[in-house]
Amino acid sequence: MNARSFFLTASVLLLASCRQDMHDPPRYRPLAASEFFGDGRASRPRIADTVARGGLRLDKRLYKGREGGALIDTIPMPVTRKMLERGRQRFDIYCSICHGQLGDGDGMVVQRGFRQPPSYHLDRLRRQPVGHYFDVITNGFGAMAGYASRVPVEDRWAIVAYVRALQLSQNATIDDVPAGDRSKLEGR
Amino acid sequence: MAQIFHPSTNTIARVSIFGGLFFAGGLLLVLNEINRSPYVTGVNVARQQPVPFSHKHHVSGIGIDCRYCHTSVETSSFAGIPATETCMSCHTQIWADSPMLEPVRASFRTGESLRWTRVHDLPGFVYFNHGIHVKKGVGCATCHGRVDQMPLMYQQNTLNMEWCLECHREPEKYVRPREEVFRMDYQPKEDQRQLGARLVKEYKIRKLTDCSVCHR
Repeated sequence: MNARSFFLTASVLLLASCRQDMHDPPRYRPLAASEFFGDGRASRPRIADTVARGGLRLDKRLYKGREGGALIDTIPMPVTRKMLERGRQRFDIYCSICHGQLGDGDGMVVQRGFRQPPSYHLDRLRRQPVGHYFDVITNGFGAMAGYASRVPVEDRWAIVAYVRALQLSQNATIDDVPAGDRSKLEGR
Repeated sequence: MAQIFHPSTNTIARVSIFGGLFFAGGLLLVLNEINRSPYVTGVNVARQQPVPFSHKHHVSGIGIDCRYCHTSVETSSFAGIPATETCMSCHTQIWADSPMLEPVRASFRTGESLRWTRVHDLPGFVYFNHGIHVKKGVGCATCHGRVDQMPLMYQQNTLNMEWCLECHREPEKYVRPREEVFRMDYQPKEDQRQLGARLVKEYKIRKLTDCSVCHR
């Protein structure tokens, strides 16, 4: 091989290596654009009136917060400390920006001009069954959008349980604190 | 017969031999620099987006958690780009008439997707999973930088393989407690070496440096 053909081969190889085929292989990544589908989306929406494998939701209490059409007043999952902590974490992520960390309805987005939601500590809302809260998170209410696509069912119930804990905390008296723990409050 | 080459040709010949070597070396250096420059890696280059979305405003101004929009970051390989519905949770009422937000409202009205430009674009031959990194205590800011201080989104790190390996070889230098993963202004409360070593043991973090871990 003489020098010229060597140089030519080398340049052709180098130029060929500039292709991006391996960087951008012919497959879709989540939420990528597609030229194939009419709506331009690679991620396909679920076909109407179909149920994904494993996605059958017959338990109306768990998935709708209702029984025979009426809102239920017991949480259809075991309420544990772990669940409440999960509920607090999820509440702080998804709800507190409007409802405030205490649930009194003065979150940051409200301070920036969003319509103020009612405080959870109003009698009217404290009397609502837990199913109501689940329903509102799922489907939205008034100015509030539904969170069904963002918060999974189990997390919604955890949030409901935590809302109940918040309501309890804001309406508690010193007599509700176990005698052994009262000194902790006084110290602050 | 007269000499064909003048004696100075000797010098020229020597210089061109050395010069050629330096030229070849220099060319490699230049190519290397180009390959690592923002021109190729995209580091520090804010991308054009349909809406000039500010993470700075939403994260440090309002205090919205990363997961409010990037809902699948804990459970999926893909952190998730928020649906238009998520934007409209607030923007039905806040800045509801802003011309800047017209593409968002149009998407909400018509159901057509907003076409955001991907900022962190890993090559197709690299497998990456957000969920496991979050679970093992890698903070958002460790890879994405202080997103809460970026008015327009850009890439802080090269995403080059050597960059990934910095942490895969010595995770103890970077990991943080799981509860702090989403904190933007996180600072370790103790010496990172001790904390990191403890967390690596506690979270059972392995030093995954086999090729097939990412190139699968």
